[in-house]
This record gives sequence, C-alpha cells and structure tokens, in this order.
Amino acid sequence: MTGKLELDPRLVARARELARRAGQPVVDLARSHTTVSVERAVLRLAGVAGADPDGIPWVNRLVDAVVADVGLGHGVAVPVFDALLREQVGDVTLLAQKAAAGSVRFGVPTGKAATAARKAARRAVGAGIRAIDRRRVERDRLVKRFGDPKQRPWIYLIVATGDIYEDIPQAQAAARAGADVIAVIRSTGQSLLDYVPEGATREGFAGTYATQENFRLMRAALDESSRELGRYVRLTNYASGLCMPEMAALAGLERLDMMLNDSMYGILFRDINPVRTFVDQRFSRQVHARAGIIINTGEDNYLTTADAVDEAHTVTVSQLLNEFFAHEAGLADWQLGLGHAFEINPDVPESFRLELAHAMLARELFPDAPLKWMPPTKHMTGDVFRGNLLDGFFNLVGTMTGQGILLVGMMTEAVVTPWLSDRDIALQNVRYVLGAAGGLHEDFVPAPGGFIQQRANRVLGEAVDLLERIGEQSLLTAIAEGTFGIMKRPADRGKGLAGVAKHEADYFNPATEILEGAAA
Amino acid sequence: MSAVEAGGDAGKRIVRPYGDTTGDGMVQVSFTLPVSHDKRAEGAAVQLANKMGIDPAMLVHAKPMSDGFTFFVVYGRVNHLVDLSAVQVVERDFPLLSAKEVNAVVKRRLRRKLSVVGACIGTDAHTVGIDAILNVKGIAGEKGLEYYRELKVTNLGAQVSVPELVEAARVERADAVLVSQVVTQRDAHLHNTREMSAAFREAMPAGRRPLLIVGGPRFDETMAGELGVDRIFGRGTTPGEVASFLVHALIEKKAKA
Repeated sequence: MTGKLELDPRLVARARELARRAGQPVVDLARSHTTVSVERAVLRLAGVAGADPDGIPWVNRLVDAVVADVGLGHGVAVPVFDALLREQVGDVTLLAQKAAAGSVRFGVPTGKAATAARKAARRAVGAGIRAIDRRRVERDRLVKRFGDPKQRPWIYLIVATGDIYEDIPQAQAAARAGADVIAVIRSTGQSLLDYVPEGATREGFAGTYATQENFRLMRAALDESSRELGRYVRLTNYASGLCMPEMAALAGLERLDMMLNDSMYGILFRDINPVRTFVDQRFSRQVHARAGIIINTGEDNYLTTADAVDEAHTVTVSQLLNEFFAHEAGLADWQLGLGHAFEINPDVPESFRLELAHAMLARELFPDAPLKWMPPTKHMTGDVFRGNLLDGFFNLVGTMTGQGILLVGMMTEAVVTPWLSDRDIALQNVRYVLGAAGGLHEDFVPAPGGFIQQRANRVLGEAVDLLERIGEQSLLTAIAEGTFGIMKRPADRGKGLAGVAKHEADYFNPATEILEGAAA
Repeated sequence: MSAVEAGGDAGKRIVRPYGDTTGDGMVQVSFTLPVSHDKRAEGAAVQLANKMGIDPAMLVHAKPMSDGFTFFVVYGRVNHLVDLSAVQVVERDFPLLSAKEVNAVVKRRLRRKLSVVGACIGTDAHTVGIDAILNVKGIAGEKGLEYYRELKVTNLGAQVSVPELVEAARVERADAVLVSQVVTQRDAHLHNTREMSAAFREAMPAGRRPLLIVGGPRFDETMAGELGVDRIFGRGTTPGEVASFLVHALIEKKAKA
C-alpha cells in the first residue's frame, strides 16, 4: 500500500521530528503532575470497589479524604497503604468507608513506615495489573479460537439505547448482521462527570453510561456471540473526559478491546483543562498499552467544526501528535486506530478525489496503524437516498485505501438514532462495496504527478508548516491560541483544573512504576 | 406568511401526492414488522399499507432482517386528499439564522463580541442541557455557541449559586444569561428561576440587565413573563435557535433604544 503518493521521505521525517519537538514538553509536564483521576485509577487497580449509598464511588471518597489531609502531590498510594497498615484494616474498600466516615487520618510517612507502605501498595496494584494481564492473555486465546474477521477493514457499529439490557440484544443482532466491532456510545455529558457511575444502568441521555458492570455485561454477551459466529467480536468504549485513567483501568479489567482515546478532544470539544487532559491521557495510554487495547483517536471531529478541505492538514498534524504521545506511552503501531473522516462537502468539485488523496495520505504516513475511517455526518441532510449514496462512496474510499477500521455510516445520520432497518441497509451497503471492490487497491495507483499525488503532498506540506509554527511557541500555547478547531483553550482554564497537582519530591505511583518498567 | 403562499400554489386548494401523473396519488413507504419473512408477513405489510390509506398497495421488496423482523418497501395509491387551506403552521417569532449569519449580524451591528454567560443553578448537577447549547460539541449535528466566532461564551458549569451567577454576569458584561434546569423535584426549576430573575432585577437597572433565558425539558414555554425571564426554551431546542434568538432580541433592543 505504500509508495503510491511519492511522498518526500525527508518531509515525512521532518513532520515526525516536529511532532516530537511539539509533544515532548507536554510529556515532561505529564511526568511531573498527577490528577485525582490518575490516583483513583491507582486505587481501582489496588482493589477499591463499589460506591457509597449516594452512588459516589469509594475511590472518590478515599482520594478526597487523602487530599484533605495531605494534598494530592505525594500520590495517594503511600498515605493510603500507610493508614491501612497502621489501622490494621484488612481491605482497601473498608479503609475507604472508614475514611469517608472520618475515622481515619492520613499522613505522609518517612523511613521504615514509608518503605512498608510502598511495598504494600506495589503488591496491591501489582495484583490489579496482573488481572489486566490475564484478561489480555484471555483475549489472545479467544481470538485464536474464534478467529479475526475475514476481511479488512473491520466493520464497526454503534449501539446506544441508554439501557444496557436493550443494548445487549441490539449488539448481538448487529454482530450477527456482520459487525466486527461494537461501540457502546456513552450518555451525553458523562465525559464531564468527575466520577465513574456504578452498576448496571437502564437510563442515559443519547447513550448508555460507561460503568464497570455495563462493561462486564456487554463483554459477556459478545463472548456468547463470538462463540456463535465463529469470529471474535470486539467491544469499544470511551477513555475520554475527566475519568480517562479510570476508564482505561476498568476497560483493561473487563477485557474491552478498543477505547476512544484522543490526546486533545477533551480540551477542544469539552473545555477540559489541557494539563489535566495530558496527564490523564498519558496514564490511560500506558494502561491501554499493557492491556493490549487498540486506541481510536478523534481527528474526525476537527472536520465537523472546520472545513474539511481547508483544514485537512490539521488532521495530519493531530495524527502525528497522537502517534508521538502513543509511542511515548508504550503503545505499538498495531494499537493506533488513528482517526480521519469523509467530511468534504459533496458539492465541492472533485470532492471524491480529494477524499481519496487525504485517506491515502493517512495510510502512507502510518503504514502499520489500523486507521479508523469515519463516515460522513456533516453533510448528511436527512435526504436518506443521497445519504446512502454518500456512504457508498465513503465505503469505496475505505476499501481502496486499505483502512483498518470502518465505522459504518447511517443514511439516517442526523435524523434518528439508527433503526434496525437503517443498520441493515447500511451493512448491505458495506458488504456490497467490500464484496465488489475489496481488491481494487491492488489495481488503483494514482497517476504520477496527478491530482491525487499533488493534493496529498500539498496537505503534508501544510501540516509541516503548521508544526513549524507550533514548534516556535509550544503546543500548550498553540492550543491556548486556538490553532486546532477554532477553540482557544488556555492551560490555566477549563474543567478539572482543581484536580491537578504537581508532584512533590516523594511522589509515588506504583502503577506508573510497574507500567513504565514493562515498557522499558 | 401562510402555508398557501409558501407553496406558491395560489388557487390550488386540494392536492394529492404525485408519482408521474397529476392526481395519481402515488406514494412510497418503507417499514419493518416484527415478524419472520413469509407469505403471511407480506400479507401483513399490505394490510398495514391499506390501513394507511394506500390502496391498491404494491409490495415491491421484502427482506428478512436478524431474527423475526422483515423490512418492506411498498408503493401504492393513497386515497387521502390534502386541503391546503387547512394547513396550520406554527410561526417562530424570530428568523432562524446560520452561524455565519449570526456572526455577521453581531459584527456589523454590535461591533464587539456578544457575551453569553451560562450555568446550571441551585443543586442541579445536570449540565447536559447547558453543555449541549454551549459546548462546541453541540447537539443533533449543530455546533454549540462556543463555535460562533462573534460570541464570547462563559460556561460556569453546575451547581452555581445565584449571587455567583449575577457576579459572573457583571464581570463578563453579559449580554445574555442562559440557565439550564433539569431537576424538577418540588418545582425546583420554577423556584430557582424566580430567584434568579429577582436577583438580576435587584442587582441591575432595567436597561443594563442581560437578557435572561432559561431552558429545560419540563418548562412551559409560555411562562416567561410569570417567571420574570425573557425567554424559555423547551425540549429539543438547538444551539442555532438560541443564537438566532439572541441576535433577534439584540436587534430589537437596539431598534427600540
């Protein structure tokens, strides 16, 4: 698939080097800060489970109690396990309950007490990470037994009723109809909750709450479908918003297979504080790397707010940044579902050729990543007939350019949440195109120096120019000044800032220690 | 503007659907029935079409989907007539503008950014509504007000007290204040809204008060006057409608001044 665009290898190398230069200060920032959600994820790995009678998880109550006594900058692991040893409480969840009742005080021990607390924390968190390891082995075994989908791209379908018990039969029906990957969309606004809801949930707004129990129920149902269908059906959810690290941990523990996990989406589209996002993102990606989870990035979103032709290079820039951050966190190329989308206005002359050029550019820049190809949404008008045609062209670009994951477009986009028949028609569209033109990429080579090559090279050039400009300031300044999308997001503003702290000299996080040890 | 003028069909009063000949009454519908595909299922589809007024009904496509569902496409002649003179249209009292148009009007008429402050007040932690209207992400394919270049949006988030809201409106020199209320236990949404409007009346003279707008799924849109606010938006409101209203109200204010 490579080499069709005659990209200048020096320019490609330059783009990667600039992305590294832009991203490195952000990594340094992430390495020197922690957040309440990172600490809660550590406690989840250490075995703190459940919620108080008001539905507030014990991890939140415990972190709040530690922060009130000693602040966040030491990390919560040492204060928590010090208290556990001191109070002779056998169980971390029990300790959380006592802490919430105000009967435990936390301190920052030194000397032998600190060493003992670190050792106990390492052991407890190590058990959590080993549980994630076991789930990964289990996935490998099931994929081996049931097999991967026969074709690429994998067919990715969305389910979202708000009720997990409705989602399950719909997801199973979708798998039977040909879906290889099921994504359960989250309830609107969950990304801005600073806690993970508990238990099986039956009502949500335009989506279903992501909870550990919902993860477990859906994974079990899809295991059943995998057995029935003789191919492993993957499950996707979201590691985004204020609880990104905890979502990653829960996904690893419940053997989810893909997680939406963009480096800048929360900052730009949800006004979450940039520092909070980058710290949370690094930790969540380290967990995903360990769990063998494929991340999906959100570049398609830029094109829904900005013009898909004029701003095509911002997608490339974001893909390069996402790649840098992912590699730094230990993710391998096969785990990078870098996003891009078919969002050019169909009334623009040669719009299909432009789409082809952009899709091929992403394919050639990231030859070993399973790119995630997103369907048209912005120019779906409610004219379902035209929409179905547009989706057909989208599918054609997907197969001609060797995309790894294809999110099935619905002709009823922007009209209704997909009906049973909408899904069936959309899948028929995908099957027809993949069946009729699945091998077309072998024959299709754009004319040397022609429209497609020129366009791809131009977008790459513009991406390098933008990266040069970012390099002159810094990524945080660029975000603050509205370089991506059109949103200005200063580093000292946005949601979740109160939950960020700079590391103290004695900061200790057993999860990071283990995860980075594995990556090294 | 009445429906008859809108259609440009002055003179015509009664019409029927058009297939390829005037008056043929032909329509095409598709639907799914929760039955497995067989002869009986096809008969059921024709029966439904007949009951919808399609007679004769031609079943042109029937396809089984997953377990126990069949999708149908039916063409046929519908026996209903449409009386154009009886068409009733709910009129919006302000024109719906695109984001580009909103930006252009603000730039031309106001010559500065229009400042909008939004919040969920009281104990309400449901930011779904205010975020759908304000966040760039938006709702139903429409971007939120943050996306509008000429609007300066301050989203205070959840559980904001009324004095905090008034103070933020003052600091941000708000042209408009948007408040979302989802929780309706013991009429909390009505109580909170009255408290909010009273606080603004007390804190600022009439000419300097920002436009007060509340939204939520359980509000009665006709209660604006009673609650002391300028506008109420109900379920299903989109950011574009709110932005259009802001521009409309702003121009009205300017025109009156």
